[in-house]
Amino acid sequence: MTQKLVVIGAGMASGRMLEHLFAIAPHAFDVTLFNAEARGNYNRIMLSPVLSGEKVFADIVTHDADWYATRGVDCRFGEAVVKIDRANRVVYSNTGGVPYERLVIATGSAPFIIPVPGKDLAGVCTYRDLEDTNAMIAAAKPGAKAVVIGGGLLGLEAAAGMALRGAEVTVIHLMGHLMERQLDPAAGYLLQRDLEAKGIRVHCKGATKAILGTDRVEAVLLEDGTVYDADLVCFAVGIRPETRLANDAHLEVNRGIVVNDQLTTSDPAIFAIGECVEHEKQLFGLVAPLYDQAKVLAATLAGQHAVFAPVQTATKLKVTGVDLFSAGDFADGPGREDIVFRDPGRGIYKRLILEGNRLLGAVMYGDTTDGAWFFGLIKDGTDISDMRDTLIFGPAFAGGPRPDPLAAVAALPPEAEICGCNGVCKGRIVDAIGAGATTLDLMRTATKASASCGTCTGLVEQVMALTLGDGFSANANPPICKCTDHTHEDVRRLIKSMGLKSIPAVMQELGWTTIGGCASCRPALNYYLIADWPTEYVDDRQSRFVNERNHANIQKDGTYSVVPRMWGGVTTPAELRAIADAADKYNVPMVKVTGGQRIDLLGVRKEDLPAMWSDLNAAGMVSGHAYSKGLRTVKTCVGTEFCRFGTQDSTGLGIRLEKLLWGSWAPAKVKLGVSGCPRNCAEATCTDIGVVCVDSGYEISVAGAAGMDVKETEFLIKATTEAEVMEIIAAFVQLYRENARYLHRIYKWVTKVGLDWCREQIADPARRRALYDRFMLSQSIYQKDPWAEHAAEPAVWAPIADFTLRAAE
Amino acid sequence: MTHFIDIGALDDIPRQGARVVRVASGCIAVFRTATDRVYAIEDRCPHKGGPLSEGIVHGQAVTCPLHAMVFDLNTGQAQGADAGQVRTFAARVEGGRILLDAALMARQSAA
Repeated sequence: MTQKLVVIGAGMASGRMLEHLFAIAPHAFDVTLFNAEARGNYNRIMLSPVLSGEKVFADIVTHDADWYATRGVDCRFGEAVVKIDRANRVVYSNTGGVPYERLVIATGSAPFIIPVPGKDLAGVCTYRDLEDTNAMIAAAKPGAKAVVIGGGLLGLEAAAGMALRGAEVTVIHLMGHLMERQLDPAAGYLLQRDLEAKGIRVHCKGATKAILGTDRVEAVLLEDGTVYDADLVCFAVGIRPETRLANDAHLEVNRGIVVNDQLTTSDPAIFAIGECVEHEKQLFGLVAPLYDQAKVLAATLAGQHAVFAPVQTATKLKVTGVDLFSAGDFADGPGREDIVFRDPGRGIYKRLILEGNRLLGAVMYGDTTDGAWFFGLIKDGTDISDMRDTLIFGPAFAGGPRPDPLAAVAALPPEAEICGCNGVCKGRIVDAIGAGATTLDLMRTATKASASCGTCTGLVEQVMALTLGDGFSANANPPICKCTDHTHEDVRRLIKSMGLKSIPAVMQELGWTTIGGCASCRPALNYYLIADWPTEYVDDRQSRFVNERNHANIQKDGTYSVVPRMWGGVTTPAELRAIADAADKYNVPMVKVTGGQRIDLLGVRKEDLPAMWSDLNAAGMVSGHAYSKGLRTVKTCVGTEFCRFGTQDSTGLGIRLEKLLWGSWAPAKVKLGVSGCPRNCAEATCTDIGVVCVDSGYEISVAGAAGMDVKETEFLIKATTEAEVMEIIAAFVQLYRENARYLHRIYKWVTKVGLDWCREQIADPARRRALYDRFMLSQSIYQKDPWAEHAAEPAVWAPIADFTLRAAE
Repeated sequence: MTHFIDIGALDDIPRQGARVVRVASGCIAVFRTATDRVYAIEDRCPHKGGPLSEGIVHGQAVTCPLHAMVFDLNTGQAQGADAGQVRTFAARVEGGRILLDAALMARQSAA
């Protein structure tokens, strides 16, 4: 006796279910199949190759008319179901009713469309079915402009497909990196880089505000004001289960149609499968679990016992030339550890996430050959403790001997090339060691090995360690921190030469071994990027040390000190009153005159900072940057204005210098002094940059110190006009900003590079002018008062919640 | 069973940053990592009392702003050669809101 089975939706899940059902219970059911699309089942996930032109639709049809005919399926394609009558067990379409004994709902999902103005304009589509695909194929003519909203799996496949057809494609993604549900930031960065190399523009952190156009779409407007021209806009921001029929029939529905382990809904005669279901609070979008559901539902319908237990799934992006794999759970978590492998040269990134002795997740980019193997370890929960040492290298090395770091280098023949930039082979390095090059610096002088890009430094050192044995103390210049093998100098050079413009880019391309760096390297990288790419890089506040992040100096009890700028150490009664008022108003426990000719308000609570800054701003004062690696103070004496010995206007020059230099970030703090005569009352000869005025002009000296070391400045150059002094000092500061290692004061840096070298750069008018221009370009962005900026948002300076107040209410 | 109290939106804390929740017994530092995990620990370094909420957040660790001791946010344990531990508290994110162990607040209402 056959049973009457009605299936709503001819998608991939129901198609696979019918295959199983006809195989295990060939004549048990009389099947009616409804489908809103005017066609039978096809492989929806292969629409991307159709869009890109790599396949045609016929290639991806899974069940043709013959298939249905042979199995006696009554096909109602193009006929949408409008109602389920559960009481009488009848399904209605516009043409009438079909009774059922068993009903399977497989309505799949509907694309989500952001409710922005213009979403209904002609030329706006989603990416779900063949009609959408054909619309994109029609629009994606060479030179046409397409905008894809959503940088997830589907959005990127749509973007790549249209780009391959010659359209100019922009992807707008709300999150910080692409495919954030499948990839971590490092892999997202590599993906973005590869897509950009294919000519696809990527705009992350972009929130769509409106779609513009009169009759049809013309452009997309983002919240940040960016406008992208568009002939076609494709929404690929996500899907939601299509549950309307189930809702109307009063089945239990949460986000999806709720089913149990047998895929049965709250009505025992009705089953649901595919993207429309919710099982144990989980929705399903990838095909693997849907196929598992198909198998379980076929068995259930055939009267067999089966249980749906979703397993981990792996993701691959179907974009030609992009090799990406992600499986399992890769979020950080308690007790989780990472193993990271990076090969910047080949754009390879692999990250394994471990919990105890089990592999929990894997993210791979560039080389995914071992993906399946890792996926197996994740699914099986294999104990990997025995192979942990070599796990990341894949099955070829699983459980092999521990690698000796020097063994690989020892095995190299003498003719093996070590330094690619300068063509230096291992034999020449060994010979040079014999000739006395026993340190890395001597080696670089003798052979140029590792003296250009520096990426082979570690290799050169290993050859030296092998040859010299204990006689070689590797790395007189240690790496930045334990996140990397590179020195500060190498990183600075590589940031410039490789054009690295973000912290993730540096960490990826230079092979950082940690996720997110550490408190030593992040502030350094943030500074290097600010200094090298002032117009492109955006300061990362979270990579700043507390004082620079909060624009005040933290004290031992967690309070802060506030120092307003006092140009050249000159103040006014009005400013002093405002400072006194602020000290009263915010109960400042100590008001102190600093060594830098200004006033320090100590012991201010963090949440009072914005209001205090507002008050000081209102009196015309700005941040004194007493907390910054950057310009601090310019000390002056009273010069010709009042002093009977003064030779020039040292006070005025000091003020002008401070107004020129303030706000600039530097590797370490920068302090200046300007004295009006050689009596040197401004103590200008034991500071970073000093000017001593004489009758005939200005003597500029640099590289003094009066801190941990005490050192007199050294004479740099003499200037005859104030304008010349300003240009020389700005150029010198820029030279320092561009070349010094983070946290090195000027005197340490000058000791390293040599004062003569500095003087050469500054004395040459063209080079000096270029340095000055670069300094001013940076100042055009960074010379702004941070107090004014942050005072506008006082709420974020206070605790996020205060339960001591609530208790008192 | 642990009861949780809503203390604010996830977006109120910058990625790789922290905010403070003030309770009767002191301050709790609530951290948000680069991958949007949220942790709550005592906002007081056992070394010299530094506010850990002002430290640089890297991976699942924070470096104290005063003397650079590093703490694992999962365990509150000092890393490397340093010894010491801070208390950790249950925290989670639900629907973009941060929920914190309610016992922290309850303690003082009983007092």
